[in-house]
Amino acid sequence: MRLVEQLRMAFLSLFRRGQASARLDDEIRYHVERQIDENIAAGMSPEAARAAALRQFGNPALLRDQARSTWTGAWFDSLNRDCRYITRALIHAPGFTMIAVFIIALGIGANVALFTLVHRVLLDPLPYPEPEQLVSIYEHESGGNTHAYMPIDAGSFSEWQRASQGVADMAMVSPFQGYSVSAEGGKLPEKIEAAMCSWNFFSLLGVNPVLGRTFGPADDTPSADASVILSGPFWQRRYAGDPSVVGKRIWLDAKPYTVIGVLPASFVYSGAFGGNTVQVWTPIAHEFPPSLMTTFEDHEAIGIARLRPGTSLAALVSHLQAVQKQIKAGHPGPAVHDSVIGRSLLDDAVQDYKTPLYALLAATGCVLLIASMNVASLLVARIASRRKELAIRVALGGGWLRIMRERMLESLLLSAAGGALGLALAWTAIQWLVKTRHDMNRVEAIHIGAVEIAFVILAVILTALFAGLISAFSSKLKDVLGGLQDSSRTLSSSRARAGLRRTLLVLEVSLTVVLLVGAGLLLKSYQRLRSTDLGVPVDNVLTLHFGLPEARYKTPVQRVAFFENVLSQVRTLAGVQSAGLVSAAPGQGYGGDDLVTVVEHPPLPKGTGLDLQIRGADPGYFAAIHLPLIRGRIFTSDERLDRANVVVISQKAAEMCFPGEDPIGKHIKINVDGTVGEVIGVVGDTRWNITQPIMGQMYWPLFSERWVNVALIVRSPANVSAFAMPIQKIIGGLDPDLPVSGVGTLRESIAKATIDSHFDSLLILAFAVIALVLAAAGLYGVLTYLVTQRTSEIGIRIALGARREQLLRTILFDGIRPALLGLLGGLAGSAAAVRLIRSMLYQTEPLDPLVFASVAALLLAVATLACILPAWRASRLDPIQALRTE
Amino acid sequence: MGKPSDLVQGTLDLLILKTLLLEPLHGWAIAKRIQQLSGEVLQVQQGSLYPALHRLEQQGWIKAKWAESETGRQAKFYALTAAGRSQLEKETANWNRLSAAINLVVGEA
Repeated sequence: MRLVEQLRMAFLSLFRRGQASARLDDEIRYHVERQIDENIAAGMSPEAARAAALRQFGNPALLRDQARSTWTGAWFDSLNRDCRYITRALIHAPGFTMIAVFIIALGIGANVALFTLVHRVLLDPLPYPEPEQLVSIYEHESGGNTHAYMPIDAGSFSEWQRASQGVADMAMVSPFQGYSVSAEGGKLPEKIEAAMCSWNFFSLLGVNPVLGRTFGPADDTPSADASVILSGPFWQRRYAGDPSVVGKRIWLDAKPYTVIGVLPASFVYSGAFGGNTVQVWTPIAHEFPPSLMTTFEDHEAIGIARLRPGTSLAALVSHLQAVQKQIKAGHPGPAVHDSVIGRSLLDDAVQDYKTPLYALLAATGCVLLIASMNVASLLVARIASRRKELAIRVALGGGWLRIMRERMLESLLLSAAGGALGLALAWTAIQWLVKTRHDMNRVEAIHIGAVEIAFVILAVILTALFAGLISAFSSKLKDVLGGLQDSSRTLSSSRARAGLRRTLLVLEVSLTVVLLVGAGLLLKSYQRLRSTDLGVPVDNVLTLHFGLPEARYKTPVQRVAFFENVLSQVRTLAGVQSAGLVSAAPGQGYGGDDLVTVVEHPPLPKGTGLDLQIRGADPGYFAAIHLPLIRGRIFTSDERLDRANVVVISQKAAEMCFPGEDPIGKHIKINVDGTVGEVIGVVGDTRWNITQPIMGQMYWPLFSERWVNVALIVRSPANVSAFAMPIQKIIGGLDPDLPVSGVGTLRESIAKATIDSHFDSLLILAFAVIALVLAAAGLYGVLTYLVTQRTSEIGIRIALGARREQLLRTILFDGIRPALLGLLGGLAGSAAAVRLIRSMLYQTEPLDPLVFASVAALLLAVATLACILPAWRASRLDPIQALRTE
Repeated sequence: MGKPSDLVQGTLDLLILKTLLLEPLHGWAIAKRIQQLSGEVLQVQQGSLYPALHRLEQQGWIKAKWAESETGRQAKFYALTAAGRSQLEKETANWNRLSAAINLVVGEA
């Protein structure tokens, strides 16, 4: 009962404070009135009675305060009063308040945005049951300098699966496949990304379909009826979420497939080799030709394993390693890999983002640190200007703790407002990022949740503590009391305070330099990347892709006829300069490779081979793309179908296969199928990806049976994008059921390949610029403050005949000194820090002297600029005025 | 009669609770009642009375109600709660023990 009563009172005094106060006043008034009545009854006149009653009662305000102090949350009253007081003070200094809040908002906003990315992308577990048991298994060439994690072959996978029974369950997925979906029911044909997987892929991940079923063992055989599972987004987009699609037929590459299930919209498989944009899933053993399911030489898939309890990744890998050693022993071919490597499924998805995201998080951390230092510096300056007021308060008995609490509250209020604004900024930034970076793995998982809100609160508290403590401790008790006897000539305390601000500035400048160096290196790397020569002129080239389904274009003759039709019609379009067909255009992907041998050379030692990228091209392609012919000749139109036994190689391939000899007239053999071709020409090199090293390439005639998927490239003097529609109409006119995909210019595909570099360098540059502006503002602020403090001293100096140039130099140097110290510290810090971003740099050394020198020059220039105005103003002081202000 | 004595420290709560045992009263009446019952010896200062009343109310020993007073005006009447009653017993026992002890020391001299 008593507890209920106490709670009720606590509630009333906390939340009905206004009402309770009014009641207290009523109570006091009643008491006084009764006293007056009594005094009148005792024979006093009304006036005298009132005066006596009031005298007897004492100070009603004091009584009111004492009564209130017994209420629950009395501290709340004084806190509330302090808050009101501080808010009023802050509103009276709108410039200071807005700048401080904005600075904190920038710092906290950038941090929250990056923290959200790191948390959601790198740290959050994958959305599957027991995700820690899931690992990706790759092959690896020990001693090779190629990519560490290489796709696996289906032959090895079957052996592994058998050998790992009881230790782990294994599935296989080939996430980089594609189909053409036929036009049906008024829908356009389209090309979609697809994955082929072993039947147990979904059950192993623990994913249940929202409709129908997932694959069973019977679906995953060459003889089974073709079946397909739709991704949630594809089902919504193309079939409008129609549940009756399950059991129906759709046509992929002109062959019928039965839809057996639909996956949840939330399901995404993200791996290092893609998969997050897959629209349909098909069983791998049904889709792969039987030879591909048993080979050890063709690496088309990725292994996924769910570790049984008690098994570690290392144990599984060493188990599989033994199996792979045996495979290599039995099949010593150069294309057979000799070792196995694995990592957790999460690492597989996000490995590429780790360094950039952590680097960006470190950058935003610096920005927040700089921001808090700046706010601390502003607060210190603010206190300095209120020294007299504080001194009077302390002298009148104002508690020192109370004044400290006020400092902390002030900084907390500023930080909280900054945090709220920062959260809004972060939210906007994340919306923008999610919209622009579809290519990023796990981008679908990014959102601001409870953890992020907690992070904001933590950041606000830390910022408030940092800035508040610095400002609270900047004025010591005895200094403040000294303020009372202060005349403007006693400068010791203000000097000490400026000293603190200078130390902060040195740190600020150091961090800024580190950020600037990082941004400079990334920018240079990005410039390098953008200026990398693809091997052909990239402007005014349009590319688009289509593939002829073998189910409808059964013979090579039919396909060649179609290719020639397209080419001849496109070439007659007005404004088209040239057009060509190639299996993979420069900068647009790997396009496949094969191991070759030179027929005229003695056999290579076992286990080694010449690896060339393979391309198919029509005779007009080389001229159309402007790929220079270095030696020999290009195919003739006549060298096609069974006369397609000629090959053109790139310069790099010529160096690899024919070092020091003339390749023309020699023969190259593709190991896998034994195709032999006479080398008839050498052309220039092209890059398959702008960020990757050049590989040797060989071009076979496109007009042969090997090629079904092609890129059409069109060159025009101007406005090449305008041909996209007419060309699609031409292809649609020849075959209305043939989807065209990947329409875009060569320059756009380069931009796509460099988006990571672009993105990272731009963001870090933005942070560095923010830091630079803050540091410059800090320099300006401190020097202005110092000059104001020293007005009379400077006045005296001028009056005594100090030369103005001399004064300007002294003050300028005074201001720049912290910048110089910070610059030195920052350069040293950068030298250590840049090693961490080495992997993000392209053809740029971490200790690039040009970048370091430019940063130093830029910083000095900005620092001088920030200091020159206050210094100049000081040197122009009118001594009479300066001395009079005292 | 000499100058009214100041209240012994800590006894005001006991006096208030005791006064309220009979009937609910408002602040002015409580002060008057204590004055009368003590034979004009104990004078309760307003400055201590109201903070004490509010403290007791916050602690749940007494509860307040606004009602019409004998003069026809609205006044805040304080009444003892059940918890306050047992608190009164405790404090009374405490006081008896204390005053007896003081008497032992002072009275025999």
